Amino acid sequence: MIQVDEKGFYGKFGGAYIPEMLYPNVEELRENWEALVASPSYQEEFQQLLRDFVGRPTPLYFAARLSETFGAKIYLKREDLCHTGAHKVNNTVGQIILAKKLGKKRIIAETGAGQHGVATATVCALMGMDCTIYMGELDIKRQRPNVERMRILGAKVVPAVSGSKTLKDATNEAMRAWIADPVGTHYIIGSVVGPHPYPEMVARFQSVISEEIKWQLKAKEGRENPDLVIACVGGGSNAAGAFYHYYNEPAVRLIAAEAAGLGIHSGKSAATSVLGTPGILHGSKTLVMQTEDGQVIEPHSISAGLDYPGIGPVHAHLHAVGRAEFVGVEDEDAMKAGILLSRTEGIIPAIETAHAIHALNQITFNPNDLIVINLSGRGDKDLETYIQWGNY
Amino acid sequence: MNRIDYLFQTKKERVLSIYVTAGFPNLEDTLPVMEAIQAAGADIIELGIPYSDPIADGPTIQESNTQALENGMSIKTLFSQLLGFRAKIHVPVILMGYLNPIMQFGVVEFCKKCKQVGIDGLILPDLPMSQYLEEYKALFEEYGLFISFLISPQTSEKRIREVDEHSSGFIYMVSSHAITGAKSAISKEQEVYFERVAGMNLNHPRLIGFGISDAATFQLASRYSQGAIIGSALIKHIAYSLDLNKDIHAFIKGVLTPE
Repeated sequence: MIQVDEKGFYGKFGGAYIPEMLYPNVEELRENWEALVASPSYQEEFQQLLRDFVGRPTPLYFAARLSETFGAKIYLKREDLCHTGAHKVNNTVGQIILAKKLGKKRIIAETGAGQHGVATATVCALMGMDCTIYMGELDIKRQRPNVERMRILGAKVVPAVSGSKTLKDATNEAMRAWIADPVGTHYIIGSVVGPHPYPEMVARFQSVISEEIKWQLKAKEGRENPDLVIACVGGGSNAAGAFYHYYNEPAVRLIAAEAAGLGIHSGKSAATSVLGTPGILHGSKTLVMQTEDGQVIEPHSISAGLDYPGIGPVHAHLHAVGRAEFVGVEDEDAMKAGILLSRTEGIIPAIETAHAIHALNQITFNPNDLIVINLSGRGDKDLETYIQWGNY
Repeated sequence: MNRIDYLFQTKKERVLSIYVTAGFPNLEDTLPVMEAIQAAGADIIELGIPYSDPIADGPTIQESNTQALENGMSIKTLFSQLLGFRAKIHVPVILMGYLNPIMQFGVVEFCKKCKQVGIDGLILPDLPMSQYLEEYKALFEEYGLFISFLISPQTSEKRIREVDEHSSGFIYMVSSHAITGAKSAISKEQEVYFERVAGMNLNHPRLIGFGISDAATFQLASRYSQGAIIGSALIKHIAYSLDLNKDIHAFIKGVLTPE
């Protein structure tokens, strides 16, 4: 059984390795989130917002030309059609209602490429909550349009100037800000990472993806279970959502596409399942890219959303027990897959998502297999990267 | 007897613990800095093991961590530097570090080395108490290593009692909702919290840390506890020092001289 235990562990991975100053905040969440989320008033508001604000259910789209290209029956779960352009908003909607019910006045979040920052700024605007987004100084320079999106939405964007000035440092800064205002602030973590209960809570908010796949596939194909589900993994929130209701359906193969950057062993990669070793990162025990001395390594991927030196503890566990197959997709291949999807289906995917598309080339499957790819986000934000790559 | 217990048995007030990052400002400064801290009159030395992602620390200490890592500091190097340090240093020495580098070094090996070189205690801010009790308590005790857990203004009375039960040596009392080095004055609200905890009749002495930077804050903290911990302020003071011995001396004398 793939299931989180009481202390937040998935097998050997997970837990809450946090400074005592964060203990009351995390305890408050751990003690309350499940009951709050289960309450009728929460569910009413959550379902209404998912429907009317996010635009759910997102379509499960039969990709005829892509299917023909690869010789299988391929469906795309269209998370790219969510408001703000990616699955991220499922989680921020879930957490902002929670924050409101916990009486919090202020929201903080970390962001790498800016997608989670935008999704957070969006729901803060919706709820009229004060919003501060921590973003690496380097990422602020690289992701200007998303920085401006957040500002237009009324969020304050604070540069993380410590360490490597990227996502991991933005996460450190957000945790520090939370330490500094434990009572009034809620920290919306954007992926299935961080101390317990975050990984499970975020996965639960994203699990709407596989919940919908089940009934949509039943209606279209007469069966709830595909043969394969493919998703890209950085921290792993869209993958956790797409896998969630299939964790314990052993007949469904779960494929996680990681960013292999310039090559898994090139020194410029974010393929944590291969390069990572058990360690502690941002409050949980998981696979971490680190030096022999336990210092965290700065990863590389052409896709900012996969550029993270760890993976969510649930994915570390899925990897350890062999429940998910991990595939390392290189930058160049992901870009090509992005163009392929654009040309065959008229969908320009986020470069993160393009990794999942390319995974089709790196795994074996049968011609009559039913495959669902989680199309986690659209490519608008990545136009600059596509243009710089230029090979189209 | 553990040096930390001995210290608190013989000195009940104005105990000064000084934090410094190992291998800072230069790799080979670890021991000379420790000697200077002791000679200047500090009672405890808290030696920081540098880490790439020290989330409980502020910018000053993080920068010193980054500097130390660039200097080539690692746990392995630290233990080789500490070999034989007890010939010169008699005050209690505590290692402060994040769990990940210690896990990679090997926790058992780490404890062995600590005992071998003469370390008295540990402060591991991201080791939760529950995990300590489950995995590490027996091990730390086997090697005679004390552990200080942290409390903050948000810590409930029940939790403070648990921290008191499971800490050894002293309790690390975080002065405010903050990371290290964040504030320079102590507010009325903080004093209320100090007083509340002081009135709990805890078994262990308390040292107040975070935001203690000079004679005034040290004196104020000492009014409500057995003493205080200073880190960022000293790190700032010696970051560009041309004469470590002299600068450390001046800093610590300044803190210990009542205003």
